[in-house]
Amino acid sequence: MSGGATWDPLLGRLGLDALPFWSMIEHPTRPEIVNGSIATAAASVVVLGALAVVVLVTRKGWWRALWSDWLTSVDHKKIGIMYVVLAFVMLARGVVEAVLMRAQQAFGLGGGFLSPEHFGQLFSTHGTIMIFFVAMPFLSGLINFVMPLQIGARDVSFPVLNSISLGLTAAGAGLVMVSLVVGRFSTGGWSGYPPFTELAYSPGVGPDYWIWSVTLSSLGSTLTGVNFAVTIYKQRAPGMHLFRMPLFCWTALCTSILMIFAMPPLTVATLLLALDRYAGFHFFTTTLGGDMMNYANLFWLFGHPEVYILILPAFGVFSEVFSTFSGKRLYGYSSLVAATMVIAVLSFTVWLHHFFTMGQDADINAAFGIATMTIGIPTGVKVYDWLLTLFRGRVRLTTPMIYALGFTVLFVVGGLSGILLANPTIDFQVHNTLFLVAHFHNMLVPGLLFGMLAGYSFWFPKAFGFRLDERWGRISALAWIVGFMLAFFPLYALGLLGMPRRMVAFFQPAYLPWTIAAGLGGLVILFALFSLVVQLRVSVGAREANRVPVGDPWDGRSLEWATAAPPPEYNFPVLPEVGSRDPFMTAKEAGAAYQEPEAYEDIEMPANSALGALLCLCGGAAGFGLVWYLFWLVVPALAVALGALIARSFLRRTTRTIAAGEVRRTHRHWLAEVSRTAAVTRAGECDVRNRGRAVPAALEAAE
Amino acid sequence: MSLQRRHPGLNLGAAHQEADDASEVLVFGFWVFMMSDLIVFGLLFATYATMLGATAGGPGPRDLFDLRSAFVETMLLLASSFTFGMASLALKYRRDRGRLLFWLGLTLALGAGFLGFEVHDFLAMIAKGGAPSRSGYLSAFFALVPLHGLHVTAASLWLVVLTVQSLVFGLDTRVKTGLLRLGILWHFLDLIWIGIFSFVYLAGLA
Repeated sequence: MSGGATWDPLLGRLGLDALPFWSMIEHPTRPEIVNGSIATAAASVVVLGALAVVVLVTRKGWWRALWSDWLTSVDHKKIGIMYVVLAFVMLARGVVEAVLMRAQQAFGLGGGFLSPEHFGQLFSTHGTIMIFFVAMPFLSGLINFVMPLQIGARDVSFPVLNSISLGLTAAGAGLVMVSLVVGRFSTGGWSGYPPFTELAYSPGVGPDYWIWSVTLSSLGSTLTGVNFAVTIYKQRAPGMHLFRMPLFCWTALCTSILMIFAMPPLTVATLLLALDRYAGFHFFTTTLGGDMMNYANLFWLFGHPEVYILILPAFGVFSEVFSTFSGKRLYGYSSLVAATMVIAVLSFTVWLHHFFTMGQDADINAAFGIATMTIGIPTGVKVYDWLLTLFRGRVRLTTPMIYALGFTVLFVVGGLSGILLANPTIDFQVHNTLFLVAHFHNMLVPGLLFGMLAGYSFWFPKAFGFRLDERWGRISALAWIVGFMLAFFPLYALGLLGMPRRMVAFFQPAYLPWTIAAGLGGLVILFALFSLVVQLRVSVGAREANRVPVGDPWDGRSLEWATAAPPPEYNFPVLPEVGSRDPFMTAKEAGAAYQEPEAYEDIEMPANSALGALLCLCGGAAGFGLVWYLFWLVVPALAVALGALIARSFLRRTTRTIAAGEVRRTHRHWLAEVSRTAAVTRAGECDVRNRGRAVPAALEAAE
Repeated sequence: MSLQRRHPGLNLGAAHQEADDASEVLVFGFWVFMMSDLIVFGLLFATYATMLGATAGGPGPRDLFDLRSAFVETMLLLASSFTFGMASLALKYRRDRGRLLFWLGLTLALGAGFLGFEVHDFLAMIAKGGAPSRSGYLSAFFALVPLHGLHVTAASLWLVVLTVQSLVFGLDTRVKTGLLRLGILWHFLDLIWIGIFSFVYLAGLA
């Protein structure tokens, strides 16, 4: 080890000072006590939260069900739900950190209450969590749940690999959570730029926590991308040509392709940084030929396509939401597909705009600036297509629609500030200020989070069989929109006034009104998060009244609505034959929905596997061991992982069969439910009349 | 129907109906994964190229490389690609486990020989003061070339696992589709090595 720091073969770098309250006991000064108390409170929430879950599961006797129905399940729907649960848990932490940072800046004139070290950890964990452990799991979860249903498949191509991807992502998220209790996280931001994150300048465990949690997550995402792309290419139902796929599947395909090509640069960047830190290499150091520009290029070769990995699935969700809640087929389908593909390709040509100020000559900057502005064109095409989908539609202002409309307006504003930043001369003025922070939150909050939350409200009834409470849903959506505007529009002003990003305190009184306004916006966002929790609680309580067993509560158009809610494990009793775009709507309009197939066959489904859960444990243990130099833990963890993979390859029975008789029984039971249920018009969409059977919009006039 | 190609590369064909069907998704998926792996090597080649001058006063290619040894490694790996090709043909046309295992064993031996020479080269470089911590240039070398070696090691381990499986289960569908995928990996690593031999060794000494 070139670290020079002493470490014990047994305990590694672990010591009492790894505890969040140790420093305030050793140095009981006022700032130490404030920061120590906040850190200790946060650590206690993690520990108590984990304990509470264990106690609850034990008291309810859920361990067996948790293990056999969820953790070892390879059903794409359950894996999707687990991804989304992970995303929500991490979202809660990310939002609380955001509010703490806004509070610090509201009080930050001349000091504030947080130490620079603490503030640095906050913005680093906030960014890392929101990108890798909220956004990525959320979109992976939605695609996992929805895409195989939409293309008429029974599962993804590689169900066990799917479970492994989830395990690796969860292990990474677990490491970030552990860092709250044991040791400190990086202060190097979500992008982890060296040389600051090199051993010479950050000798502690922080950057190592960042490296290994991000590495685990990037490996998981690469495999997820492969899995989704192969599923879309190879598992589509008969007749489901590529150009008959719902737009969400197109965006899932483009996102998967981006994951396949854009996650490896991140893995390379983090592992080269790890070689620097662990083995004394000189990739990005300030001495012996190291060059941090290589890191900047590698990181943003991932980082820019990543933006579109995040945003494209949300575009897909909005496309489904706009057409469903307007009761119209999507306007300009082909142009939306083309725009999605163009964005995916262009996303690889603009990475340099993340570091215009780092020494390229003006011609190179100009080329990348122009490429960046070009992305506005396909995005503009999309916005017009969505607006024209609304035009003369049967528009209902449901929760997903509120998110979608909020997104449309706010995303255009964010896009315009992006066009400003794409101009290198303007970028030189505002780079590294809060203007940039305002811009990318303006893209990612409406363009990603709103999309994910819209998708959550939209597909929740499909996943769990009952609708979410509409009132609290609308309150939450409006609070997200208002809170976002209040929290981030002031940051544009602050950026233009010259306030740097990532600064713990400031000494310019002119900033104060804006930072206070943004702080209030943070509180509104906190309320929005709280109302999501209330909505879930209220909805679970009233679930009997809001059940939609027939499975089509919104008069849906694509195949996922053609099956029960929740769908059976095998999704469709027989694979559907697709003859058009919007196949379920076509069938409903022709009166051909809810048919009994001529014959039932045995269905072969993948059997449960503990491999994902095991690799999650091994990955987490290896990561923790590497962070703390507990090499006695790393070696067996990796050996067990390799051994398990080899052992798995010796398994010859990896499927189980569901008998045709059982499929027939389940399907007939559901068809009886369908015929018992009265179809509801859109006027009854959001009340107890809606049992999941819809009068199609085209036939509503006749009703 | 024997002309139907399910995926790029060697198709097993109608004589192996079940494995041929299964390979459509499995081998296609592996091709996609290989594209992702190719990006990793591409980036490490690019990093190496940018760090050629970053020797920081330490030893450079001329001081460290042994072209004779690198040439032997190249021949060993090219030969192993040929023997793997023979193994694939034995699998497809002969359905004769003995012949298949003979070629696989030869491939493994050639791969092991390659790794032996490579490790010897690395140790010799380090002995001449060319350790990765010496300079940015050497860091880039030791990220790119040993990563290829690590891939060859992993592929060899996979080869051993598949050999054991073919002894335990016979040439069943899983073994066949595994060999198809391993073949893609093996030839891919051969291609990467040609890149390394040309751009790292030959260009370094030119």
